[in-house]
Amino acid sequence: MTVKLIDNLFAPDIKQVPIRNGYGEGLLILGKENPKVIGLCCDLTESTRMLEFSKQYPDRFIEVGVAEQNLAGLGAGFAHEGYIPFITSYATFSPGRNWDQIRVSICYSGNNVKIVGSHAGISVGPDGATHQGMEDIAITRVLPRMTVLVPADAIEARKATLAAAKHNGPVYIRLAREKTPQFTTEETPFEIGKAFVYREGKDVTIAAAGAQVYYALQAADQLTKEGIECEVINVASVKPLDEQTLVESVKKTKCIVTAEEHQITGGVGSAVAEALSRNLPVPQEFVGMPDKFGESGEPNELIAKWGMDAKAIVAAVKRVVKRK
Amino acid sequence: MNLEQLELKANEIRQDIIRMLVSAKSGHVAGPLDMADVFTALYFGVMNYDPKNPQMESRDRFVLSCGHINPVWYATMAHAGFFPTSELATLRKLGTRLHGHPHNEALPGIENSSGPLGQGLSQAAAMAYAGLILKKQPWRVYCVMSDGEQEEGQTWEAAMFASKYKLRNLTGLIDRNNIQIDGHTEDIMPLEPFADKWRAFGWHVLEIDGHNIREIIDACNQAKAIYEKPTVIICHTIPGKGVDFMEYRYEWHSKVFEKDEAKKALDELRTLGGKIRSEHE
Ligand SMILES: [Mg+2]
Repeated sequence: MTVKLIDNLFAPDIKQVPIRNGYGEGLLILGKENPKVIGLCCDLTESTRMLEFSKQYPDRFIEVGVAEQNLAGLGAGFAHEGYIPFITSYATFSPGRNWDQIRVSICYSGNNVKIVGSHAGISVGPDGATHQGMEDIAITRVLPRMTVLVPADAIEARKATLAAAKHNGPVYIRLAREKTPQFTTEETPFEIGKAFVYREGKDVTIAAAGAQVYYALQAADQLTKEGIECEVINVASVKPLDEQTLVESVKKTKCIVTAEEHQITGGVGSAVAEALSRNLPVPQEFVGMPDKFGESGEPNELIAKWGMDAKAIVAAVKRVVKRK
Repeated sequence: MNLEQLELKANEIRQDIIRMLVSAKSGHVAGPLDMADVFTALYFGVMNYDPKNPQMESRDRFVLSCGHINPVWYATMAHAGFFPTSELATLRKLGTRLHGHPHNEALPGIENSSGPLGQGLSQAAAMAYAGLILKKQPWRVYCVMSDGEQEEGQTWEAAMFASKYKLRNLTGLIDRNNIQIDGHTEDIMPLEPFADKWRAFGWHVLEIDGHNIREIIDACNQAKAIYEKPTVIICHTIPGKGVDFMEYRYEWHSKVFEKDEAKKALDELRTLGGKIRSEHE
């Protein structure tokens, strides 16, 4: 069963929205629905899309200044007092600079904190490698008790934000800066712990997260013209991972490509490989950052240069089908 | 409790610390011994709590930032009625609730997990913000820190935060014993002028003799009267306090001791107990 996406999936004028916008919208809904939700930010209120929340709910917004270790510790303390804090910065800073605080004060202590890392991925662009969070999935998914969510567009980011607030326990939500196609709909399902098949195919499975889900659909559209039928799965819930849906798919296709805007080491591809090697090992090709730091450039240039676009997925599919 | 009872309580807690560490065969010595008076003052002369209802909403919150001194926390909590003193012998052993560094989920009454230094004040500041600004409740937050962990940047991030939001319900107590693992703090990484640093960060600063229980209680009460800022109490202590051959020696920060050393330490503490009794006669 595939899910409902927008009608004109490949229209040239498809609506483009930054994924982080969905977080801002979700937070506003939560502000209204749940008085326990509070927002904390490290001097990045506008760019992490918390500005509207901070204006509408000034009593529940706390400016922390440029201090990410304190941010994580404060989150733990507020959770201890029964609040649901959304602690927000760029992914390179949080969880990048405060991993030990997230490990001990939040995860080990069982504190119900939502960690939101914006500006993840190489599509951050001109700011360069320092600001392109390419390791955040690896360092969060290794932590016991952590849930890791990587939404594919702004609508899914809004759903992930709402789901994170309902979930009792630490959650990391990964957001991207750049505008990306908004291709899911209100009816498209999202659930922590579930992966959803966005397109059915018999020859190869493509499991992707973040903006790469859309690129995977583009790749599948091209490849069908060459006689290769791709099954595309959105693994927005990187942890817990829906192993059953992945296993069911590769039972049929016998090979898999994973795609993400993150280091190949420790990311979505690694999570998928760990799951499949335990259940049903199949040839796998990894689309992601090949153990390198990024650089300045336009987002689309960087994604193309470093091989995380539809073209790179097409090439990976061709490699993997040969290995079956 | 009167002063004599408080001093005797601290003496009993010191003896329990020695027995716990002997049984555990590892752990920190000097810090727990030198903080016995501060913990006794807080648990028997300052804080509001109910050991039978550790989650009581109106309780004062106690956050230990330097988790390595937790033998003193466990011993004090046992004496305060959170759990039987017989359980102290399980410290650091498989299946224990008394982990080598404190874990909030293991033992009711432990508010926070700690060990990696510098993480306590942030959590304490958030609790204070929640109590003062969000919940508007009168309970207070106490955060005990070591002097060594003042070298962690996070401590000062949290200090700025507490100052900005005028968290007057937050009291920090620092174990100024001048030692850390590798030596004396002023050799490892100088903290002085220490009180000036805290003043510059916008805190009300009190400096006291950390072994004078009356002074500790008075300082905590003074802090309640400071309206516009958080208070930090620098407790000057003698590392290894109460055991002559350990006092002032950084080697005892986390040294494992031999059986005969433990016996000697307990004998000294018992003699000290006798002295306290005769002084108050
Ligand atoms: Mg010290």
